[in-house]
Amino acid sequence: MEKKDHIISILVHNKPDVLARVAGTLGGKGYNIDSLCVNTTTQNDISKIVMTTSGSQTTITRIENQLQRLVDVISVDDLTNVESIHREMVLVRLNLTAENSEAVKNAVDTNKWKVIVSGDTYVIIEITGDKRQVDFSLARLEPLGITDITRTGLVALTLED
Amino acid sequence: MKLKGTEIFLKVLEEEKVDIIFGYPGGAVLDLYDQLYQSNLRHILVRHEQGAVHAADGYARATGKVGVCLVTSGPGATNTVTGIATANMDSIPLVVFTGQVPTGLIGNDAFQECDITGITRPCTKHNFLVRNIEELASTIKEAFHIARSGRPGPVLVDLPKNVMAAQYDYDPANVKIRNQEAVYKPAPKKMANVLDMLNAAKKPLIMTGGGVILGKASDELTLLARKYEIPVTGTLMGLGSFPGTDPLWLGMLGMHGTYYANMAVSHCDFMLAVGVRFDDRVTGSIETFASNAKIVHIDIDPSSINKNVTIDLPIIGDTKATLKDILRFLEEHHYIQDADSRAEWLRELAEWREKVPLSYCQNDEVIKPQYVIEKLQKLTKGDVLITTDVGQHQMWTAQFFNFDRPNTFVSSGGLGTMGFGLPAAIGVKCAFPDRQVVAIAGDGSIQMNIQELATAAQYNIAVKVVLLNNEFLGMPRQWQEMFYNKRYSHTDMTYAPDFVKLAEAFGVIGLRATKPAEVETVLEQGLAADKPVLMDFRISREECVYPMVHPGGSINQMTLGSREMIN
Ligand SMILES: Cc1ncc(C[n+]2csc(CCOP(=O)(O)OP(=O)(O)O)c2C)c(N)n1
Ligand SMILES: [Mg+2]
Repeated sequence: MEKKDHIISILVHNKPDVLARVAGTLGGKGYNIDSLCVNTTTQNDISKIVMTTSGSQTTITRIENQLQRLVDVISVDDLTNVESIHREMVLVRLNLTAENSEAVKNAVDTNKWKVIVSGDTYVIIEITGDKRQVDFSLARLEPLGITDITRTGLVALTLED
Repeated sequence: MKLKGTEIFLKVLEEEKVDIIFGYPGGAVLDLYDQLYQSNLRHILVRHEQGAVHAADGYARATGKVGVCLVTSGPGATNTVTGIATANMDSIPLVVFTGQVPTGLIGNDAFQECDITGITRPCTKHNFLVRNIEELASTIKEAFHIARSGRPGPVLVDLPKNVMAAQYDYDPANVKIRNQEAVYKPAPKKMANVLDMLNAAKKPLIMTGGGVILGKASDELTLLARKYEIPVTGTLMGLGSFPGTDPLWLGMLGMHGTYYANMAVSHCDFMLAVGVRFDDRVTGSIETFASNAKIVHIDIDPSSINKNVTIDLPIIGDTKATLKDILRFLEEHHYIQDADSRAEWLRELAEWREKVPLSYCQNDEVIKPQYVIEKLQKLTKGDVLITTDVGQHQMWTAQFFNFDRPNTFVSSGGLGTMGFGLPAAIGVKCAFPDRQVVAIAGDGSIQMNIQELATAAQYNIAVKVVLLNNEFLGMPRQWQEMFYNKRYSHTDMTYAPDFVKLAEAFGVIGLRATKPAEVETVLEQGLAADKPVLMDFRISREECVYPMVHPGGSINQMTLGSREMIN
């Protein structure tokens, strides 16, 4: 069966260990987590975990069922084929040198990247978008001399309930 | 009224109707043990914490109630892990209480500290660390609820010493827990599908598993099979869920299943699989498993469906409620089986049964293990609760003892834990002091928890150990015989204690049979005693378990053993 990226949204009771349980359930059964985002919802005692993973539909159904077995899991939804908005953020640090500073400035202007902070020898840029947009920007930044990046996992929200 | 944590603990156990706990003390739980000193709650002091968990597990399997253990922190807690994993694989409801260092020391590598919730996360249904006294009562109550609801399983509750010493205004009316009960939803469309499939079927088969016993659905399953003349096979965990002496019973399927059960699986065109999870020891090669059949799978746990075998019609639900629904639906729609095709199918099955029955050859010289098991059935008239260890003796028990009632066969199926039999029998006997309880043990396995003979002796828990002693780790030896050219690498157990003397040293009666003629007398003597007994049966050393499906092979490709052995 065809392997595909999937975005899974998991509502959980905000109990100690709940993240370890979710992650452990997948890791222990040999499934991969590609990215993970966790935070509370409007209710303090309920958290949402958005996770991306890849696999055939059978694998994804298994993952959903395994997660559903956990006592602290309230619901598991695969958002892949549901109308939803996806975003992730990357902070990128570039080394500024005499040679590249002009090119960096131009690239920032043309791509409308957001500069968070800059100094004599560095600049930190924020990029937000869906996975495709972020990958695209990173590809353009690459030749300019990236020294480090931090990438959040994907977050997602459905258009309707 | 302000109560101490230890008092709340006992109060909640009382509310949960706990009548026995299996445990072992230590520093972190001494306050609790002090509370027990003044309590009427029955406590069995085991000799190793693994024994405590297996005993609680045996108690749970035989009664259908939640088994309870209490152990100390650190090594006490880690010693429970094998027991917990055993219960988890077979979905047995347990609540295991572990002591923990005071909350202020957690994370400091304090003396006898260990992260037992971390260690047991993958092998419990759920676990808790109680962080403060306010949560104590609700956590314990929730633990019991989780252990027995839905697909049951073991729950561990870690109790820091200072939490148990703290005081709190306890009012049972104020304790709130989350409800985990799965709500049964009738599915009339699916019932109609079942009816259609049954109507179309010429060779229907029921496959019953542990979920039928856990779901207390044996009566419904038996009624369904008998009413519509559907033959039944079962997994190891399903033994007893359908009467083993009924002509419709084909015996166990799978690696050491009967020839006719495995042939039935390969030839059936409709399979109703109830409360099973299609373990690889059961299915053999997935591709050829029941490949001619439409499969309906009833299970309470959605994660069991389509996990190994592709299912045509999954029905997620409690086995009892679902079978009741099916019975009602078939009745309302006046289903009757086609008498001709059913007779033809049953005749085909009878032919296979006649062609290769379960058999062995008993001579005058050497005791055959199967003979001991058959004699045991005869002498007890089947009215006995049986536990086993793991290995050949376990498979012979599954094959040669006919279990007529649910909750009478107690064995570690999923994890296959050697050393399970004796402590589990102690737990079973505690639940049913007036019934005959027999542990069918292997000489390798018994040495893994032999210390529990002291527990049996101390409380005069009159379990009877039937030791099928082949002086081998017989099951791996059989594999070495078949797949490794008889290179018996480290499976010879000739160097062993004198089990009769050892039993006596523990204060238990020790008996021995070395010749077939002695089997009956020893069994009679052992069964009649009102004390714990160990019967050492010196059996044929290189007897194999047949039939055998080779690992990963098709279920209908079986090695049947040397045919000349079959009389
Ligand atoms: C704790 C544990 N260790 C190892 C095994 C692997 N194993 C399965 S059966 C077996 C041999 C059991 O020997 P014995 O109890 O004498 O039973 P027999 O097969 O001889 O009847 C072994 C080592 C196991 N199942 N459990
Ligand atoms: Mg042996």
